[in-house]
Amino acid sequence: MEENRRKFLKVAGASAVGLSVAPVMKAHAIGEYFMPASQTGKHENALIGKHWAMVIDISKLTEDINEKITEACHSAHNVPELENKKHEIKWIWEEHFEHAFTDQRNSYIPDSAKHSPVLVLCNHCVNPPCVKACPTKATFKRDDGIVLMDFHRCIGCRFCMAACPYGSRSFNLEDPRNGLEDRKPKNPQFPTRMKGVVEKCNFCAERLAVGQMPLCAEVSEGAIVFGDLEDPESEVRSILAKSFTIRRKPALGTEPSVYYIVGGGDHA
Amino acid sequence: MTNDKPKIIAGLVIFVILVTCPMWINMGKNKPAPKLEMAAEAQAKGYCVLPKADMKEKHMQILDGWRNSVVRSGQRVYVNDQGKRFDMSLSNTCLECHTNKAEFCDKCHVYASVNPYCWDCHVNPKEK
Repeated sequence: MEENRRKFLKVAGASAVGLSVAPVMKAHAIGEYFMPASQTGKHENALIGKHWAMVIDISKLTEDINEKITEACHSAHNVPELENKKHEIKWIWEEHFEHAFTDQRNSYIPDSAKHSPVLVLCNHCVNPPCVKACPTKATFKRDDGIVLMDFHRCIGCRFCMAACPYGSRSFNLEDPRNGLEDRKPKNPQFPTRMKGVVEKCNFCAERLAVGQMPLCAEVSEGAIVFGDLEDPESEVRSILAKSFTIRRKPALGTEPSVYYIVGGGDHA
Repeated sequence: MTNDKPKIIAGLVIFVILVTCPMWINMGKNKPAPKLEMAAEAQAKGYCVLPKADMKEKHMQILDGWRNSVVRSGQRVYVNDQGKRFDMSLSNTCLECHTNKAEFCDKCHVYASVNPYCWDCHVNPKEK
């Protein structure tokens, strides 16, 4: 009996200490501080979707359009142009058909497809391997399907780069401001990045938030269409219903949100 | 048992002097806290997202909350107690009025030896 009471008092004492320590620990815990929901909102004209997706019509892409799109995207997001090719940073870029679509093994395909300059970018996968690989949750998937990076959290471990089967991610091996004219961002409204973080396409989350379409879609002269995949009335859905589309490396099960129309022309 | 009392006391005195030497060296040298200079744009506006005292005390928590709410929750608008709406953006809202980053931000941060890494990526759009 005596022994039990002794034990009970010990446990009770320890618990009391624990309870008094909890608020102190909580106050000093490294946590995330969010603004209270009652104090935050979205812009009135923000575009809100359930699953943002993109359809790229390869037949409408030319080298000139691709260059224009890449230039527009990279200047809007202050993507540096670095002299050292090994330090290259890319958000959207041109790729050969056979490199973009490694699963397409047909020997004989139309020249128009074979030699068409394909534009590739982050696929904003439904099952993004980069999100699973990230140890700090710097890369995460939003409810609207966008796979976004929180650069504040990236520790530069590059697990995401190893995990991404599309090479959509670039690492800042040097200060990215080295690759900006006068070290000044072209678009002062958008931040640059710093040495030691990974970066990639953000599906223009900052533009959707103020009611604008992604820049690549806007300047693509109709080659890129962006919309909500879960909205049956959306333009992307009507295109997907009409045209046969393919995605990059579908066998991996990542479920890209970027679809490609190959061939175009009569069958578009 | 040997009597090491003098040695121990001498050691303790040396230890205390060494530990407190930054205080002695810097005594009488403390600079007055810098006076903040408000940019003309900020003065013209006449209000901030929160009252001055709150901004002075809590701007770092607010900026932390802003960035988390914007990046991770996709909430980009802050509504203050007066119902005024602000874009939660360091470069595009704060520095829109406080155009003098060098006098307004850096002066105090340098004085207090605080090195926030905001400026590794974010820029002062008004900076020439």
